[in-house]
Parts: sequence; structure tokens; C-alpha cells
Amino acid sequence: MKTEKNIKEIRRMIARHKRWDLIFLVTGIFALMIAVLTFVALFAQMVIDGMPRLTWDFFISFPSRHPESAGILSAWVGTTLVMLVTAFSAVPLGIGAGIYLEEYAAKNIFTEIIEINVTNLAGVPSIIYGLLALGLFVYQLGFGQSILAAGLALALLILPIVIVATREAIRSIPVTIREGAYALGATKWQTVSDHILPYSSAGILTGVIIGLARAIGETAPIITIGALTFIAFLPPSPVKSEFPFISFEWLEAPFTVMPIQMFNWVSRPEEEFQFNAAAAGLILVVMTLTMNGLAIYLRYRMRKNIKW
Amino acid sequence: MAVGSRTKLKHPGKLGYSFTRHLRERFIELLLFLAALFSVGITIAIVVMLVKESLIFFQHVSIWEFLTGTQWTPLFDDAKYGILPLLSGTLVSSMVALLVAIPLGTIIAIYLSEFAPFSVREVAKPFLELLGGVPTIVYGYFALLFVTPILQIIFPELPGFNLLSAGLVMGIMIIPYVSSLTEDAMRAVPMNLREGSYAMGATRLQTAVRVVMPAAFSGIAAAYILGISRAVGETMVVAIAAGMQPNFTWNPMEPAATITAYIVQVSLGDLPHGSVGYQTIFAAGLTLLLLTLVFNIIGHLLRKYYREIY
Repeated sequence: MKTEKNIKEIRRMIARHKRWDLIFLVTGIFALMIAVLTFVALFAQMVIDGMPRLTWDFFISFPSRHPESAGILSAWVGTTLVMLVTAFSAVPLGIGAGIYLEEYAAKNIFTEIIEINVTNLAGVPSIIYGLLALGLFVYQLGFGQSILAAGLALALLILPIVIVATREAIRSIPVTIREGAYALGATKWQTVSDHILPYSSAGILTGVIIGLARAIGETAPIITIGALTFIAFLPPSPVKSEFPFISFEWLEAPFTVMPIQMFNWVSRPEEEFQFNAAAAGLILVVMTLTMNGLAIYLRYRMRKNIKW
Repeated sequence: MAVGSRTKLKHPGKLGYSFTRHLRERFIELLLFLAALFSVGITIAIVVMLVKESLIFFQHVSIWEFLTGTQWTPLFDDAKYGILPLLSGTLVSSMVALLVAIPLGTIIAIYLSEFAPFSVREVAKPFLELLGGVPTIVYGYFALLFVTPILQIIFPELPGFNLLSAGLVMGIMIIPYVSSLTEDAMRAVPMNLREGSYAMGATRLQTAVRVVMPAAFSGIAAAYILGISRAVGETMVVAIAAGMQPNFTWNPMEPAATITAYIVQVSLGDLPHGSVGYQTIFAAGLTLLLLTLVFNIIGHLLRKYYREIY
């Protein structure tokens, strides 16, 4: 009698636990759905509000007091130029630092400090980088509120991303590759430049793309260095008709970028400007999603193709 | 090598040694070292810059007034420099964000790590990553023009700028950071712990909550801390959706400025370099940095004490 009762009780308990399991499963899917639906709502809102404004004129017009004739010409040119500065400064520095930490650094306190420092830098709020750039680049070094100052500020911001991606890519290369190179008499740098770098290039590229995607959407540090929101002219062209054909005057030019232009439009009381903001936002989202998607795809292919 | 052949070499005892080659190797190593050192330089520059400008600021304003004043009106004629209103705005919006991000992020992580079939995980993980890549200014727009109007249907007296909507959207924004790090930590727990638990007759939920999560605690704590730092340092969502008026309140239904929103507000204006107003943003930035530093130290200690090694 007693055992039968016990068995019944145990069965009930098992059923109860299984029920909780099921409840959690539904909760989990529900939680995931909240994230998915938010994204869908965000994207739909941008498309509904912004799509009608996305004409060719929108891309080739300067900002204006009249919402229907305002465009993002100065913003996307500014974003492109700022990204050039960011990429050219953050990529070599980040890859160099990553190589040093992975291949050269001895295991000592000093290396550990650098490592902890890189981790901590990744957690510093982006607006702090803006304050650093304001004090250091804009005033101390006298770059002014220029493309150069903005590009360098964003470069500092994405440096940890590039360093971490480089290190992870290098770490996944088996030590046998290095031993093979050394056995043939290669020096350290020959090993790195002929083997380690080419084999880790896809992983590094992934990190660089993710970093640049982050930089394109960053608004706070650029506002902090005091970028102007109303720019109705383009920076001087980098290509000249007379010798030496290349000019770097644009580095010192005042500028605006896509997120700042969008922020400016969002803050206006007139509703028509909100549609402009949505259109600019849509372009920003599509750009960052494409870049991140490309990075994810690269990583996926890498994982599938490379078998050491 | 035969002893006799050694005497014919140019550099006895140094087979294949080339001075230029050696020099180039050292030079490259030095360059790479400098690149690594540069990152330390950034940290030092941040600290020096913030402290230097803040020191000038604290010559005008006593630290006591700064920390205990309940009014923040540095740009008025009758300037008051109490950081508490900005701090309350920051903490309230972060709390709302974390109340969304930590439960949802954790549930998603448990689901993806312990429940979801392989195919769902393969799709959901990159998708969450994409969600984390959306620019924050776009989330700000979404909070102001989509979430606030919806909330106003539920709470008709809700003002157009409020901490609630900014916090909610910020929470959704932080979910990917929390969920992906938590999931990584949980998946790093060795399989045999789970197998042991299942062998004892535990369900998946019991295994996840009582075996896997405690074992992954240090990693999960790190994920939460990262989420907190993100929420505290987030700028554009609050600057757009919560208004920029400093307001000493603990009520998320009110408009208020955060530390970050204040910095944005000042930067949008035209403050002369070297004025007290200019220095306030560095003092505010230093406060923000210290705030995130405190959370990072807590996270570091948690990880150190609860680290499980298999």
C-alpha cells in the first residue's frame, strides 16, 4: 500500500518538474521573441517613416531649413572621410598590438598590465573617449573640431575591438605552423608576416569590420568634440588637379556625420524633420547591419573551411 | 657540424647570423611593442585629462557641494553644482534598463544554452549579435517616437520625455551583451556536470538553474557587470528620449538628465574653452568613469572569488 502511494507521489513530482521545464521552454522562446519583435518594430518604424524620403535628391542635397529639400550629402561625405582616418589609425595600431601581445610578449607583470588595460578600455563609456578627444586632440594638440580629431577619437574607441579580434585570430593558429617555420630557419618576423598574418587575416578582418560598424554609428564622442550640426559645404577634395595631386586639407575641415545629422533632425520640433531622421536612421541601420552581417558571414565561412 | 669547417665562417659560433637581419627584427619588435604600449597610453591620457580639468573645477566648487548638492544648474547665472540630480537620472534609467536586460538576457541565455536545438541557436546567436550592432542613436529615435507614444496610451499622464521609455529601450539594447556572454559562460561548463545531473533524474531546468548556473557564476557575473557599465555609460538613448533637464527624482515616469546627457547638452552649445561650464563636463565625466570603475572592480572581485576551475 505504502509503496504504491509513494510511486504515485513520485509520478506527480516528475510531472510537476516536467511541467516547469515546459513552462520555461515557452518563457525562453517568448523572451527571444521580445528581442526579435522589438527589432522588427524598430526596422518597420524606420522604413514606414523614412522610405518616402529616400530619393536620389536626399543623397545629393545639403541640410536645409526646409525639411523636404534637406539631404545628407555633407553627412555621408563626412562619415566616409572620418572612417578613413579611423581605419588608417586603428587598424595598424590594433593589429600591431595584437601581434605583440600574442607572439612577442613575455609572460610578466608588464604584459599582464597591458592585457588588463585593453579589457578595461573596452568597457569605458564612449562619451569618455569624446572628452579625451576634446581635451587632447581639439585643444592640446590644436586639431580643432576637425575630421582628424573625430577620426582619431573613434580610432581610440575601436582599438580594443581590433586588438581582441587580432589576438583571437592569432591564437587559433596551431603552434605546429610556427615550429615548421622556425625549423626552416625563419626569423620571428618572417614567421609572423609570412604565416601568422595571412592565416589570421580573415579573423582580423572580421574584427575590423565590426569595429568600423560600431564607429559609424557612434554619436556621443563626436558630439562631445563639438562637431557642427549644420554643415552646408563639403570639405576640400583630397584629389587635386596639379602636383602632387593629393591634398590633406580635408583633415582639418569642419564636418558632420550621419548620426549627428540624424540627432539634429530628431531634436527638431517639426514633424517633417522626423521623417528625415528616419530616412537617415534607415541608411545607418542598413549600413551597420550589412557590415555586421558580412563579419558574421566571414566568421561562419572561416569556421567551416579551416581545419588545421 | 665538423669542427674544421667552423674556422672558415665569418662569424665564428654564430651560424647564419646577420647583423642587419638582427637589427630589423629588433626594430619590428620595438614597433609592435610601442603599438601595445599605446593602449596603456590611452588609459593614462583619459585619467590625466579628466583629473586635470576636474581639479581646476574643484578649485571653484567644493567637493562637498558637488557630491551633496541637489541642484545642477551650472549654466545659469545663479550656478549650482550638485551632481545628485544627474546621478539619480543615471541610476534610475540604468535600473529600468537592467530590470529588462538581466532577466530577459539570462532567460534567453539559458534557453539557447540548455534548451534550444542546434538550428535555433545557429540562427538566434547571429541575430542577437546584429541587434547589438544597431547604432544607439537609432534606438533613441525608436524610444522617443515609438515606445513613448505606446506608453502614453497606458499611462496618459506620462510626459513626452521620460526615463521609463529610455530605460526600457536601453534594456532591450543591452540584452545581446548580457545573453551572449552569459551563454558563453554556461556553455563553457563541462558536459559531464550536466550528465551527472541528468543521471540523478534532474530536468533540464533544474540542471540549468542548480548545476550549470552556479558553475558558470563568475562568467555570468562578468556579463551582468558589462551590462551595468553599458547602461550607466549609454548616452544617445537617454539624451534623446529622457530630455536634458536635470531633475532630482527617483521616479522613472519623469523627465531627467543623466551624466552623459548633460555632457551632450553642454557640447551642443558653444562653451568657451577654459570656462567653468567647460570644466563641469570633465568633472561629470570623471564621476561617470569612477562609477563604471567601481562596477568593474566589483565584477573583478566576484570573478576572482567564485571562479570554478575544471
